[in-house]
Amino acid sequence: MKHPDRREFLQSSAAGIGAAALAGSFPALASAAEASPFKPEKGAELQLLRWKGFVAKDDEIWAQNTAKFEKATGIKVKIDSLSWPDVTPKAALAAQVGSGPDIIMGWNDDPFVYPDKLVDMTDLAEHIGKAHGGYFDLAHAYCYDGEVKRWVSQPIGVTGNALVYRKSWAKDAGFAEFPKDFDGMLKLARGLKKAGHPCGFSLGHAVGDANGWTHWVLWGFGGKQANPDNTIAINSAETGHALDYAKQLYETMIAGVSGWLDPNNNQAFLAGQCGLTMNGISIWASAKENPQLFPDTANVIPPYGPSKQHTIFNNFTSAFIFKYSKYPNAAKEYLRFMLDTPQADPWVTGMVGYVTPALKGYADLPVWTSNPNITPYRDTMAASKFDGFNGKPGKAAAQALDEFVIVDMFADVCVNNMAVKDSIAKAEKRLTTIYKR
Amino acid sequence: MTGRPQILARLDSPRVLGYVLIAPAAVLLLGLLAYPLVLGVWLSMTSATLGNAGEFVGLKNYATILDDPIFRGAAAFSVLYTVCAEIGKLTLGLALALILNQRFRGYRAARSLMLLPWVAPTVLSALAWLWLLDPQFSALSWLLIKLHLIHDNVDFLGHAWPARFSLIAVNIWRGLPYFAIGYLAGLQGISKDLYEAAAIDGATGWQAFRRITWPLLAPITTILVAFSSIFTLTDFQLIWTMTRGGPTDSTQVFTTLAYQRAITGGQLGEGAAIAVAPIVFMIVLAVIVVRSVRER
Repeated sequence: MKHPDRREFLQSSAAGIGAAALAGSFPALASAAEASPFKPEKGAELQLLRWKGFVAKDDEIWAQNTAKFEKATGIKVKIDSLSWPDVTPKAALAAQVGSGPDIIMGWNDDPFVYPDKLVDMTDLAEHIGKAHGGYFDLAHAYCYDGEVKRWVSQPIGVTGNALVYRKSWAKDAGFAEFPKDFDGMLKLARGLKKAGHPCGFSLGHAVGDANGWTHWVLWGFGGKQANPDNTIAINSAETGHALDYAKQLYETMIAGVSGWLDPNNNQAFLAGQCGLTMNGISIWASAKENPQLFPDTANVIPPYGPSKQHTIFNNFTSAFIFKYSKYPNAAKEYLRFMLDTPQADPWVTGMVGYVTPALKGYADLPVWTSNPNITPYRDTMAASKFDGFNGKPGKAAAQALDEFVIVDMFADVCVNNMAVKDSIAKAEKRLTTIYKR
Repeated sequence: MTGRPQILARLDSPRVLGYVLIAPAAVLLLGLLAYPLVLGVWLSMTSATLGNAGEFVGLKNYATILDDPIFRGAAAFSVLYTVCAEIGKLTLGLALALILNQRFRGYRAARSLMLLPWVAPTVLSALAWLWLLDPQFSALSWLLIKLHLIHDNVDFLGHAWPARFSLIAVNIWRGLPYFAIGYLAGLQGISKDLYEAAAIDGATGWQAFRRITWPLLAPITTILVAFSSIFTLTDFQLIWTMTRGGPTDSTQVFTTLAYQRAITGGQLGEGAAIAVAPIVFMIVLAVIVVRSVRER
């Protein structure tokens, strides 16, 4: 007799819970609700605003889990989805007018822009953290506001960035294994360019992709936007080395990257015009539909730079509850439920790692090792640094990211042929203005 | 008790009745137009951030943005974008109207089709153009390569000047029908007798256009240019969808920069100052247009 594995057990448990709920009694959930310190308000209804996933299973399983919550608690949850860059402005407007969704799944420093408008999430964050092995450092950086000294948002995870490349083309360029350092990667990029399969990294105002790779290179050389006291630290030899490297890498890139927005690298890679790029797992997931492309597509954790540490920039998502919500306890219970194992496991598993959870307990999910191309996305969380590194995450870091200060510094050197020192000086001036506010 | 109530009797006065009749419109205008404008001007003189009302800071935000090269670049491109797009739309719109004013087979269908760019949602048009101008998959580049006019794809949106002129071209494409339909209406209002009289006097086609058509289109030109300039100077969707102000802020305009600073960046005061700044340009534009028409 075949013993059920963990996944089958969870699936059958979830099915049993659903069936019991339909029958009007759901002992497992009832006990979970009793154990939960968050008692929903009577007659509660919730509205959630979240970003629309690049992987269809993300939205689909999230909605299924929400339906389970509705059955278990009788609380209706209305989910509104927006294109991911549109959530931040929508959340800002909700904060400003004091009306809108109860819960918003936002990005990076969003909760630090209006912490006074948000419900104290300390009890929830600590409860969930304790139940699931604690959080990776990045969660604390983005969700614990050092100024107001409390958790202002519930960590969820990152849409991890890894390098995506064509194995056969890399092999033709002399790299059976992906290089481990920046020098090796530059050699690979040159080989790919020579063979007619150039790499492609956005230098346009692509919110995720352009910020992703430029911060990786900047930090990889030891460059920093700010010091821990938020004084500007961009003007350094390390930043100069990063820009020199990027200029060389740019020479190996496909034409047009300076105008690329977020979808462009996906399209170019999937069309076979580009042999190497940085992206979330969505390229690899989309490649499944192409039998020729898929077996040749591989994901790797981005190599180390001279700083000898991982320096990945990922977009971090967290959920915050506004004080104007009439049902903050119901909202907390909803988030607790959604991040509990019976819901979070199938969600993360179903979307094959598109979101890497901020909870350490979910790093052990079998999905991460089910395919070597998924594993790098598990590791992106531990390897992540926050925007504004090595300063404090917060309003200034958010604004610098939003204004593409680092991206434009790279683009000025690579595309506009600006001298490295001038480009750094320009970025330093802008950062100084932003951080002085 | 004799006669009508006093309040109704007062309505016999044309002056009072006039105020009563315009009151609903005045309330609507004050609520929907004046209030946001005044609020915007007020915010531009405060240190407001998202969720924080801030304090009155006078003209500090204006001083800050004037010292900001990104704002100066955005202001310059906003003016260039508007002037070039208006010249393009006016010239091509008038030409199109002159053609469509003729009776030819299918002219009704042609007039309807002409409106498509204008009635299509801006974001959809922008996405279609984004595809047409894509550095890898551009249909325009493909066509030019097939015609042996170029060897490689054109990088329309990857460098400052090509990106700026691409956006201007797309704005012209989108706004052209507004001018064409306006001019078409104007052309149809010009009496044929005038052209017949001119022809009897021996006027050439160009002379008839210069002495009859253009002067009689002047009033509609004023309206078309004034309104279109305001739409163009405050254009947001097209630029935000196609470039997000990039590459390296080269296609930032007032609206995109104001949105970036105020909404996503949280600096409401500074963002409001950027949003209020085009009012000066709009007044200048309005004065130029009105004067040029009066001089005619």
